[in-house]
Parts: sequence; structure tokens; C-alpha cells
Amino acid sequence: MTKQSNLKNYWIRHWALYAMLILPLAYFFIFSYIPLVNVLMAWSPNNVILSVWETDWIGWANFERAFQLQPFRDAVRNTLMFSFLDLALGFPAPIILALLLNELKMPRFKKVTQTISYMPFFLSWIIVGGMAVTLFSGTVGTVNNIITNMGGEAFPFLTNPTSWTFMNVFIAIWRTVGWNTIIYLAAITAINPELYEAADIDGASRLRKIWHVTLPGLRPVIVILLVLTLGGIMGADLARFIALDNNLVRNVSEVIPTFVWRWGIQSMNFSLATAVGIFQSVIGMVLLLTSNWLVKKLGGNGFW
Amino acid sequence: MNSGIKKTTFGDYVIITLMVLLILVCILPVMNVISIALSDAGAIMRREVAFLPVGFNIDTFTTVLGDARFMRSLTWTAVLTAIVVVVNLTMTILCAYPLTFMSLKGRKIISFLIIFTMLFGAGLIPTFVLLRDLNLLNNPLVLILPGMISVFNMIIMRNFFLGIPDSLKESAEIDGAGPIIILIKIYLPLSVPVLATIGLFYAVGRWNGFQDALFFMQGASEWHPIQMLLFNIIENNTAFDVADPGATSPPGWGEAIQAAAIVIAMVPILCVYPFIQKYFVQGATLGAVKG
Repeated sequence: MTKQSNLKNYWIRHWALYAMLILPLAYFFIFSYIPLVNVLMAWSPNNVILSVWETDWIGWANFERAFQLQPFRDAVRNTLMFSFLDLALGFPAPIILALLLNELKMPRFKKVTQTISYMPFFLSWIIVGGMAVTLFSGTVGTVNNIITNMGGEAFPFLTNPTSWTFMNVFIAIWRTVGWNTIIYLAAITAINPELYEAADIDGASRLRKIWHVTLPGLRPVIVILLVLTLGGIMGADLARFIALDNNLVRNVSEVIPTFVWRWGIQSMNFSLATAVGIFQSVIGMVLLLTSNWLVKKLGGNGFW
Repeated sequence: MNSGIKKTTFGDYVIITLMVLLILVCILPVMNVISIALSDAGAIMRREVAFLPVGFNIDTFTTVLGDARFMRSLTWTAVLTAIVVVVNLTMTILCAYPLTFMSLKGRKIISFLIIFTMLFGAGLIPTFVLLRDLNLLNNPLVLILPGMISVFNMIIMRNFFLGIPDSLKESAEIDGAGPIIILIKIYLPLSVPVLATIGLFYAVGRWNGFQDALFFMQGASEWHPIQMLLFNIIENNTAFDVADPGATSPPGWGEAIQAAAIVIAMVPILCVYPFIQKYFVQGATLGAVKG
């Protein structure tokens, strides 16, 4: 009797919450979980799933075919190359900028600098790609106009694969460096000011204070962002590579997501592209879990 | 050495110089594209335009804004952005709010099922096949439905809700208020900053988004959002012929038109972002606190 009335009581107080959850759960079920069933295409020859019972299962043939394809191998190589460059050049950039901003003594000027440095983040990749062409194109680009007007020779910023690679990385840094300082600056304000006072008493120079107080204070944030970055090593921002792409650099600009788009949607190789997508998702998840585990093992605070 | 009064040292000048350079690097590309849009085509062809307009005129803007296809896409994107903000905010609230009730049975499993979608995605092609089966390809709804809840934003909102003292909820419950009344009367009014932040995240994301149109709307160009249209304009106008650089002079007018289209697409964002960046900063750090 009491159990029944308890249940009734619980239901009276909670039915509205379940009702609210109906639409969001339906959303996740349809748009996140049904595609997980479609993933079975990767093991089937048909481009359409007939049904789990009707299709011929062909094992790992689609995966094997993908790895034998030179364009896919190139895409994997390029993805890893850009991830490495982003890690080596793009990851430290906002940390350095945050340290510089923190050392800036004029609050007004600091605020203006921050506001302006956030701006590129709000421009879409398409706009950034368009601006890159107006600035750096070999024939009509403003930078090359300035170079040739001064008697120099036009430089193929966007048409030579090597220079395109570095332009791509630098433009990506340009777009996000200011925005990415936010999280570091927030972490800096949380550092105990007494640490700086103690360092002052010890006669520490500015650089020593940065090295011995500020950077150690940033370590937990740096570690968490590093774990996330490592988890994304097999991925790439499709918009970035499509917006900056051109025909002359295709052998370095094709990354896994653009490969999936071109081979999957444009050429309708659904099964093959699904296999590639699974490969990327699984590697990403494994990398994320491993780096998180490693960080915890080394005594840091993991992501969860 | 470090007394109370701080002197401006050599190091300070180095930092100030670097920051001025940073400001220039951020602003000059934007000034460049604006200048080209406002310059005379002949001056562009003679390579005279850099960071200020030469032969100032607004012909490009009247041309682009007079183009029916461009205007249609611009208005549609504005309407779409408004719809997306309302729909996504509503869905995100409906998802985040019930998960703040610790007494809710099944809360943990529901949270896990939702967060799992962030960890492992099915990928593009399985989603493409689903949308095809749902008859959503080339349907304007495909720009709204698949992205209604960002799990990341949902977690930010849930954490904000969790920061609201439980005592408020409990006293309202004693007064006989149900969850819906508590949401409307207590939680939403107290959550204006986080609602503004997340609403703006959704708005900027939709205004700048084009991938869904690229993947799922190739056959319905009349519903292309502005960034997708811009992508097509830039793709078709850009010639990379460095192999033969001196062959033909680039048509300055095409350059200027393209620049004007870029400027028009970025103006709404540039006008709004200085005022809303405060909220964005709050949002970016809100997500970080919990980690």
C-alpha cells in the first residue's frame, strides 16, 4: 500500500520531467543512434542496407580496399601531418599569447587587444578562405601586388604544396589564437596572488615568475586541452580544408573528412566511405581514452 | 627591485609592440577585402589597392544586393538563424533541465546515452543514408533538425542550472509548484546569461555554417544558406593560374564583386560580436570550469 502510494507520489512529481525529455531523447535516438545501425554498411557489399538478415556480409573487405587505395593513404598521411603541425605550432600559440596579454600592464589596451584578437574566430571558414585568396593569390593577391610593385617576384603562397601547407596552419592559428587564450587567461586569474608576492620577495625576475608561477598554474588546463587535441589527431576540420583548397595542392589538401565526403557522397561509395569513417571514429576514441588514462597514470587530472 | 610603483621596462615595450602587430595582423586582412570591394575595378587591375579603397565607389554592393539569388539567400539565412535559435534553445532546455533533478530515476543512464554520442559518432555516410531514408535530402528542414542539440551546450546549461541553489527549488515545491512552474518562474529568469550565451553560439554557428548544405542540399540551391552561396561564388570566380602569371590581367570587377559578397556576409557578425563577446567569454569559461 505504501509502496504503491510512493510510486504514485513519485510519478505525480516527475511525470512532467519525463514528458520534457521525450523530444530530446527522440532527437538523439533518430539522429545519433539510428546512424550507428547504418554503420553496418561497412561490412556489406551493398550500398544500401537491405536488412541485417538479408545482406551478404563480406567481412573486412571494404576496410582492406580502403587501405589499398593510394588516395586514402595520402589522406591519412596528410591528416597526421596537419595534426602534427597544429600540435607543434598551433597548440603553444594561445599559451604564449595569454602569457603576453597577462604581462600587459595597461588594462584598456589589453581589453582592446583581446576584443580584436577574438574577431577572426567569428568569421566563417568560407569567408577566411575568400580573404586568403584576396591576400595571397599568386596573380591577384594583395601581398604579391605589394611584392611585385616593389620589384620583387610573386611568391606562390597558395599554389605550392609546401607553402600552402604552412599557410593553412598559420591561417588556422590566426583564426583561433585569440579565442583560445580565453581559457588560459581565466586559469591565470585563478592563480593565488600570494605566489607572485612570494616570488617578488625572493627577487624573481619577470621571466622567472612566468616560468615558476604562471606556467605551473596553467598546467592542469594545458593537460586537459592536450588530451582533447590528441583525441582529434585522426580528424580534421572539413570546412578549413575545403575553404582553403585548390586544384594545385590536392595531394596535400585531402584529409580523411574530405576523402569521406568526396568518395562517399560525391562518388556514392557508401560502404567504403563508411568503413573509413569507422576507422577514424575508433582511432579517435582509442586515442582519447588512452591519453586520458596516461595523464591519470602520470598523476595529473584527467578529463573524467 | 620590484617596489610598489611599476616602471615601464624594456620588456613592456616589446610586449606592446607585439600586441600592436597582433592587432594589425587581425585587422589588415579585413581592411583589404573591404578596400577591394569599395575600389574602382581599374585600380584593382592596376594592382593599386592594398588596405585603403582607391577610386571609392559602392557599385559592387548595389550589384550584389540587387542580385535576386543573393538577396533570397541572405533573407533565408536570417530567418533560418532565428528559427534555429528558438528551436535549439527550447530543445536544449528540455534536455538539460530534467537532468538536474537528482531524484529522477534513470537520470544516469540517460546522461550516459547522451554523452556517448559525443564520444563516438557514426560518421558522415551513415547520417547521409538516414537523412535520405527520412526524405530530408534537399529539404530545408535538413538545415534545422539534425543539429537541434549540441551536447556541449547542453552540459554548459545543465551545469549552470545545477549552480542555482536547491533551496529555491525546494521552497517552491513546498508551495506546491511542479517542475514546469519551477522552470518558468525560477530557473529561466535566473539563467538569462547562459541562455544568451548559448543562443548566440547557435546563432553564429548557423550563420557561419555551410557543411550541412554542402553534404545534404546539393540539389536544392534555392535553399542554400549564405555561406554555401558564397562558397560557390568564390569557387567559380577563383582562377589559380600561377603557371602562367603574366598571361591575362585578372578582371578587377569579378574580384571586387566577390569581395563585396564576402563583406556583406561578414557584416552582421562584425557588427554584433564586440557587444556579445562578453557572453561568449562567459560561455567558454563556463564549459571549462567543470572540465
